[in-house]
Amino acid sequence: MQPYDYIEIRVPAKAQYIGVARLTISGLASRLGFTYDEIEDLKIASSEAITNAVQHAYKDDEEGEVVVGCALYEEKLEIMVADRGKSFNFEETKKLVGPYNEKEEVQFLREGGLGLYLMETLMDDVKVHHEEGVTVFMTKYLGGERGDEDVERTISS
Amino acid sequence: MQIELLEENSVQRFKIVGEIDAFTAPLLKERLAKSEDVEGMQIELDLSEVGYMDSTGLGVFVGFYKAVKAKGGHVKIVGVNARLKRLFEITGLGEVMDIEVEESGDHDATV
Repeated sequence: MQPYDYIEIRVPAKAQYIGVARLTISGLASRLGFTYDEIEDLKIASSEAITNAVQHAYKDDEEGEVVVGCALYEEKLEIMVADRGKSFNFEETKKLVGPYNEKEEVQFLREGGLGLYLMETLMDDVKVHHEEGVTVFMTKYLGGERGDEDVERTISS
Repeated sequence: MQIELLEENSVQRFKIVGEIDAFTAPLLKERLAKSEDVEGMQIELDLSEVGYMDSTGLGVFVGFYKAVKAKGGHVKIVGVNARLKRLFEITGLGEVMDIEVEESGDHDATV
């Protein structure tokens, strides 16, 4: 059995659905036991990724979908955002996502700007994969850098 | 998202209520743009009722701040809770813009 629950959200690549996906992620993060601040971080980071995907699709004049895949582990939440409306095989795509090469990073930074910076600041790990569109893969661990709270949570669970 | 405009002693005070993201940011930008072209505008942006904001909102505020400043005016951001304060701080915009932080940022915990 896979060690996580997987939830996939597909929304049209339109700005009005970013908030809908954000609410879903907020609910999942709450279910996992993230703190209020961590949930707010997750909401911003995932919205930045989905916003990039929506704007990318809009620029190319496509009527695509954005796919948001969430893997809920006991100790972390993994979120994958793809700007091509194809469902992905979570494990396969995860393998493809690696450290971005310099050339791609520069281009993505120009497009994403502050958004990518926020994703990297608010999440524990962010990877970007370019192939048939852009896939952002990010992870946030329960407890994060706040060691004390982590201990409390472990005891209470 | 809703925007209310109150005018007090020649200060235009915009109260923004709701979520600022890629969907609502263009509406906010359009609404604020009406005050950009007037010389020497004194503006306050009240964010105390903003439940969510990301880089799209920051982008609007930075653009507005610059435009008003270029016309000899000033923009002050007020009602900033702990969450928004953090967002302004990690992006470095807190040092560039005039921001007044709300004393108790805890009452927004239900958002």
